[in-house]
This record gives sequence, C-alpha cells and structure tokens, in this order.
Amino acid sequence: MTGISSENERGLNRREFILRTCKAGIAAAAAGSLGYLLHDGLGPGPPSEAGDAQVSLPDFSIPGFEGKLSIVNGMDRVKSVHLALKSLGGIEAFVKKGDRVLIKVNAAFATPPILSATSNPELLGEVVRLCLAAGAASVVVTDNPINDPGSCFALTGIGDAARSAGAQLVFPRDGFFRATTVAGGTLIRDWPLLYTPFENVNKVIGMAPVKDHHRSGASMIMKNWYGLLGGRRNIFHQNIHDVIMELAVMVKPTLVILDGVTTMMTNGPTGGSLSDLKQTGTLIVSTDQVAADAFGASLLGRSIRDLPFILKAESMGLGTSDFESLHPIRTSVG
Amino acid sequence: MNIVNVRRISQAFFLALFLWFCIVGTFGQEWWQLRGWPVNWFLQLDPLTALGTVLTTGTLYAGLAWAIVATLFLGRFFCGWVCPFGSMHQAVGYLGRRAKPLSHSLRVNSHHPLQSIKYYLLLFLLAAASGSLLAAGIRIAWGVPLVIPVLAAVGIILAGVTARRFQAQRKKAAGILLALVGAWTVLAFFFSVDRMLGASLLTGLLDPIPLVHRSVNLVLLPLADATIQKLSVSQRYTEGAWLIGSVFAGALLLNLVRPRFYCRFVCPLGALFGVISRYSVWRIGRTSGECTRCGVCDAGCEGACEPSSRVRIHECVLCMNCLNSCSHDLITFGTAPSASGQLVSPDMSRRGFVLTLVSGVAVVPAMRLGGYTAKNWNPVLIRPPGSLSEIDFLSRCIKCGQCMRVCPTNIIHPAGLQAGFEGLWTPVLNFRIGSSGCQMNCIACCHVCPTAAIRPISLDEKLGRNAFHEAGPIRLGTAFVDHGRCLPWAMDKPCIVCQENCPVSPKAIHVKEHFVTVRDGIRVVTAAAGSVLDTAGTPLKPGGLATGDYYLRFGNASGEQRHLIFENTERGITVDPGFSPEPGISAGETVEIQVRLQRPQVDPDRCIGCGVCEHECPVSGKRAIRVTAENESRNRKHSLLL
Repeated sequence: MTGISSENERGLNRREFILRTCKAGIAAAAAGSLGYLLHDGLGPGPPSEAGDAQVSLPDFSIPGFEGKLSIVNGMDRVKSVHLALKSLGGIEAFVKKGDRVLIKVNAAFATPPILSATSNPELLGEVVRLCLAAGAASVVVTDNPINDPGSCFALTGIGDAARSAGAQLVFPRDGFFRATTVAGGTLIRDWPLLYTPFENVNKVIGMAPVKDHHRSGASMIMKNWYGLLGGRRNIFHQNIHDVIMELAVMVKPTLVILDGVTTMMTNGPTGGSLSDLKQTGTLIVSTDQVAADAFGASLLGRSIRDLPFILKAESMGLGTSDFESLHPIRTSVG
Repeated sequence: MNIVNVRRISQAFFLALFLWFCIVGTFGQEWWQLRGWPVNWFLQLDPLTALGTVLTTGTLYAGLAWAIVATLFLGRFFCGWVCPFGSMHQAVGYLGRRAKPLSHSLRVNSHHPLQSIKYYLLLFLLAAASGSLLAAGIRIAWGVPLVIPVLAAVGIILAGVTARRFQAQRKKAAGILLALVGAWTVLAFFFSVDRMLGASLLTGLLDPIPLVHRSVNLVLLPLADATIQKLSVSQRYTEGAWLIGSVFAGALLLNLVRPRFYCRFVCPLGALFGVISRYSVWRIGRTSGECTRCGVCDAGCEGACEPSSRVRIHECVLCMNCLNSCSHDLITFGTAPSASGQLVSPDMSRRGFVLTLVSGVAVVPAMRLGGYTAKNWNPVLIRPPGSLSEIDFLSRCIKCGQCMRVCPTNIIHPAGLQAGFEGLWTPVLNFRIGSSGCQMNCIACCHVCPTAAIRPISLDEKLGRNAFHEAGPIRLGTAFVDHGRCLPWAMDKPCIVCQENCPVSPKAIHVKEHFVTVRDGIRVVTAAAGSVLDTAGTPLKPGGLATGDYYLRFGNASGEQRHLIFENTERGITVDPGFSPEPGISAGETVEIQVRLQRPQVDPDRCIGCGVCEHECPVSGKRAIRVTAENESRNRKHSLLL
C-alpha cells in the first residue's frame, strides 16, 4: 500500500521499475506456457469407437450335466420342482455348499401373480429355500423389469417371496450396468448388462413362465435373459430371433426352470386377464435351455418352425430342439 | 431454558419433521416409505390452502380441517415456530448478518413500507379464488325480483340529487356523475359476464408450504438422491426443475438482503396470519418502564415489527428475540397493549385494496381468454388418473408436487405453460422421462393429493372393474401411431414393442400382418436346386435375410407360395427346407423377397392412455406412438368416439 501511494506521489524508482517489469515478464511467460500446454489445434475428432471395458458372463453350466431334462405334470409347483430336481439328482447336484447362486426371474410387469405374467413367487421361494438348504452361501434374485422396478417386485410378489425365503433382492440400479459384447454377436455389442449382481456368483438359475409373445412367438427361458440388458434394448425387436439367440449365447446357466403350470396363451407377454391363461400343469427343469424352450412351445400349441430363435440357438450349439433325444424324465404329482 | 432456545428446538423439530415427511413420500413398503406417514400434514395445517379451497369449492377436504387448529391455536406461532420455510429463512438470515455490527442489524431489521406488498398479494390470490363464488352471488342477486328496478331507481335518484347540486358545486358534482357512470358500467359488465367469472387457485404459487414441498420434493431430494442413491432405483427427474429451484434459491438468498425477506415482503400465508393476529389474546408489547433506547430488541427482530416503538402486531412472527434480549425486562408477552403503542392492522390504502381486489377477480377471466380451458385445450396436457375436469382441477390444485413425489414411475411432472399461466407447476404426465408409463395397479397420486384435485379413486374405479364395470376404465388419453415414424409403418422394419407392452387385456394395440416386398427385392432366378435358389440382381447382405422375418414369394399360373428364408449369400437364397417349393421354380422366373410386418393399430375403445407404449417405443427421440389427451375420462368434451 505504501509503495503505491508513494509511486503516486513521485513516480517509479529504478528498483521498483525492474521489479515490476520482472513480474510482468513472468506473468506473460506463465500465461504463454499455459496457453501452449492447453493449445489444441485440431479440435475434437469423431466419437471414440473404443467404448468401455467389456465384461462377459462366465459359463455357469456344470460339466457332465449337459442335456438333462425333467418334465413333471401337476398343478402343485412346489411338489413338482422337488420331484423334478430329485429326478435329476437333487438340488445338491447343482448347488454345492458355499455356492453363490443368482436366480434370474421374470419380473417384467407390475401385475399380480395370479395373472402369470411373471415368475411365480411360491415357486421362487421354494427354489431359494432349496438352494439355501443345499448349503448355498447366498442367493441373489434379480431382473431389470420393463415396468417400474419397485412396483414390479412389489406387485408380482417376487420381492416378498425372495426376501422371506432368505434371498437378496437386487434392484437394477443405474450403477449396476457394465458394457458387454457377445462373442460372435452382431447385435449385443458394447451394450449395458446388469452385471453387478453376477459378481462373485458361481451358479445361475433361469426361471420363467411360458407366455405368448406376438413378435417372437413365445417368451420362455431364452427370451427371459432380455431382462439382463439395460439401455434402450427395445431396438433389438427389429431382429428378435437373432437377439434371443445371442442372449442364449451370453448366458450359459447352471439350470433352468420353465413354469408351464399356467400358460399365457393369448395377449402376451403382458396378459392382464385370467381368460388369457390356460392350466397346462407342466413344470420343466433342465440344463438345456434350448430343449426347455422347445418343449415349452408345445404347451403354447406352437411348432418349433414357428419359433426361429429355437432353431438359431440350436445351430449355435447351445442345445437341442429335439428334446425327446435327451430322454426326458417324465413324472407327475398329485 | 430461555424462550428463544425453546423456539429454536421447535423450529428444528418441525423442519426435521417436514424433511422426514418429504423423504417418506417414497412409494414402497419399507418403514421409511409411504406407509401411512401423514406426509400431507404441513399442507393440511396451512390455512391459506384451506381458505383458498373453501373459496373455490365451498368445501373443506379431508385433512384440511387441521388448518382450523393452526388458525385458532397457533396463529403467528406458525411463522416463528413451525413453518419449515420460515426456519430456513431465519437460518440463512442469521448467517447473513453474523459478525456484523449492531447498526447493520438495526438497519436490515427495521420496518420497510413495502412489507405491505404481501397483504396485496394475499388479497389478489384470494380474489382470484373467489370468482365462482362471486358469480354465484351475482346470479342469485340477478334472480331476485326487484333487484334491478331498485338499483336503477337508486341510480336515478342519486343522479337527480347530484344534478340539482350541479349549479352550486360544479366540479364535485361532475366527479360524482362520472363515478356513477363508471359504477353503472362496471355493474353492467359484471352482470353480463358472470359466465366468464371463474375461480383459480393460485395461492400455491407463493404459499410457503406448497412452495417448500415442491422445492424439496422435486429439486432437493432428486439432487441429494443422485449421490446417495437410496430413495429410488434410478435417477429421478423433474421437468423445469431450474425454475422451481431458482425460485427456492432466490427466496433463500434474499435473506442476505434482509432477513426473512420472503416472510416480510412476499408470504401470503404470513399475511393471512398477520391479518388475523389482531384478534390474538397475547401479544408482544412494552411495559411502561424506562427504556434506554439501546436498540437490541429492534436489531434482533425477525418480523421487523419494531418492538421498541409502536409495535406492529401484524408483522410480529413471535420469534421472542426481543423478549429474551431486553436487559431491562421491558418486553412482555401478555394481554395488555404495549405501553409504547401498537399497530394491529396492515397499512393498505383503500385505493390499493379495491384495485387489487378487482384485478384479482378480473385476472382469471383474462387468463382464460387463452382458451386453455375451452376450445384451445392442450392435447399434451395429460393429467394423472382421477384428475378432475380442467376448471375444477385448477380450482383445487395447489402445485405442491406431492403427486409427483409419490409417483413410482416418475412420470408426473410440473407443467410449464402447457396449461396456461394458471396451470404453472400443476401435474402433467411425461411418458418419456420416467421408468414406465402409468402403472395400471397404482393409485398413489390419487390418494396423496391433499386437495382432491386428483380424486381418491379406488383400483376398481381406475380399472373399470366390479361396480365400475359399466363405466369402464379411467382413460388418461389415447395413443396415436405416427405412421411417419413407426418402424413397421414407415421403414418396413419389424418391431411392435408397443403391442408387446400394452398392459390392457385384450390389448388396445393390435397388429395387422402385411407382407411387403423389400427394396430391390424383385429378383430373377438364375438357377434352382431344391430349396436353394440362385438369383441375379443387387448383391444381398449375406445372412441379412436370415432373421426369421423375411420370406420368398413366388407364383405362377397354378398359385402363389411364400416361404421363410433360412439363409442367404450375396446371390443365393435358401428357403425353409421343410417345404419343398411346389410347384418348383425354374431359372428365368421372378421371385420377390418380402418382409413380414406386424403393423400396430390402436383400438380407441380399449386404449386407456397409460403411456407404457410411448415409454417403450424404440424411436426414442420423438416417439412413434404418443399419447394425447383425446378421449380422456375427466372431460367428456374431449371424447373421441361415438
């Protein structure tokens, strides 16, 4: 302060002049260097094609257990799933002590369980209990539904069933998605996958009801993996059969449980009325998702020729559409 | 414990309670979610909301009766001890004048003449709310015989008397005659336009409780939750959050200019409490003891009511700072009037009063000249299920944002100017922004609405079940397919995501099957061997026809056939080997490559306007299927069908 006031009175002396020019020089040099460092003569280029680091799901199937298929007739899902698993060697054959299991349910719509548009909560609860009884360290139940997730898990009864049976219910939170690319796929490339729930999981069970689906012909096990995708996944409907095939490439489950006790024959996959449903009294448990879906098609009264995704999956070596060749174990309850 | 600390505890408690009620406005079954928590309690305690809706509807809806408790027992204590917005202002105001000298506090906490603005605002808002009441009154008067002859006679007599005086006091008489002419004109205007008079509940724009609810619900909580991600599964959005946030932040920052700026200059609820405070039994006042004029009481005064001199009872927010700070114990809270005098009524001029009243009544018909509530109704204005018809809706909605907060799919948003200015911040559905459309089995917004602008409907009524079977489901609007954007319609690409997701049974979206020849799809066969054909023409994308959607059509005199294409190379096409092409194709014949399309159609008899289709449509910019308010249940004039 005193310096400036004295300058005002008498101008600069030599020392002050040198000091000030030095400061100005340093400031100019600093600004010039900063400008040089930050200089970008090209501007931004086209968007990067590199994308994020890709994740992929490991193979969850158990070697030596390929091509197992059990078909149980009956209206009691709990008894049916017990019987089906028993015929395949018991749940212990698939879930070992300390295993961490993920169950991918179909919770797509915020509708009550009676409308059968979503996985049956009673069946889910029983499978969770079976896994825990077999010594599973944890069971995670998850899905990325079409309708609002909170409403879906609440209204379908899946949330309550999972929690009361001792499973951990995982909502599809924004941060849980990671980019994935299906090997050899043309559609699912650098696409968000609901990945976080799969971290540390070593067994995966797919569980879906048999439903009519206008675009693809049927919504069963393979179509149900759609619920692991995020983003604006609906654009894949332009090529529905190929995307279902790629989904089946993406997920190689330990076990699938196809619930055909009640089948949605019309107005699928949402249903919405009891008149859309038919009691078909069949539960399928398999290690071959293609065979399970091929059998499920018969419950809908459709031929495999109506469902190109089954043949596409078969041609990729993911399973067989000729389920009879697996010598399915047929039993019935009550 | 001194009284000021008790007040601070009360303020902290009610502010925390308020924030808690905002947090538990989350849809869900957890203990910290919406499970019977009285989330509307502060809104129901608010006498301005109660008075406003009584003026517009003539009824006091459900919990709004709490306002009677607030009015009779709390009075101005509400401002100083309960109001969460007031507590925020007080806190910011404290920060603003902390460590400043007493002279600064004295200056900013002195009474400002413009503090009377809030009374005019209150009057304006109440006048705007009383249009329909006024119209009803005019209609009754109009219906009574003799009213018009008596009015006419009085007018003529007055005019005659004035005319007689004309000689003596020319100037005054001329003025009176002019005034009479004016009065007649106004009367004639009101009598003939009583149809146009309407009530609009605008109190919510400035009423502090809806304002703070709106700001916390729609701006602060989504911001906070973006970092902690506890309240909702995915990020919640608010259309026009910038405006709501700016008003909120602006109101808080004005405390740095003057403490409790909003309370002193703007708050219509404070004005209402100020007006009724003249009937309060206990008041702040001064005893007759000797005052040293130290100014400490005036400097700490939250309401700027100047307790050291003639205390303005209508401005006092009962913060009790003066009571606590006077070292001579000269300030009392009692029944005796202040020894230094008191002012009990706001300083409003008669002229300002009349002008404000008339403007308030006139503003509603003026706003409605835009025709938003008539022929120029806005089709994008899709209201939540159970909403009343537009005029009734506007006479109840206080823009508190509770419906928007509770909506599990985050599709209810504060309107900008879609519904005209009077519809600012009223709920409107946006199917692009949330996590789905309106969920069929959800009636949360209908039950949270504190004023029944959205009626408390049952699920049966919403879905048209049981007792409501005849009436059918509540429709929010109707979906329209945009043939210029829809993939199967405009671009020959298979899709029907909308049909898949339509939750109605039978589906309101149905499909018509079309086989359409693709571009460059007419080809000449150069060789044929069983189900494998070789064709000439533009090279095909290998495998591009193998998606399960493409067919080969061929035909001759003996009939037409169409077979699914299994595989293709640049020239070769393999059809389903399951069908042998009968009659066989030979070289030189023409075939057509066709795509099987299912093109969506909306059945307006079944569509409920839930917007799930619009939300799911893969044309994600401007959707190829969009819901507009045509055929909405709440307004029969918007019906679409015979």
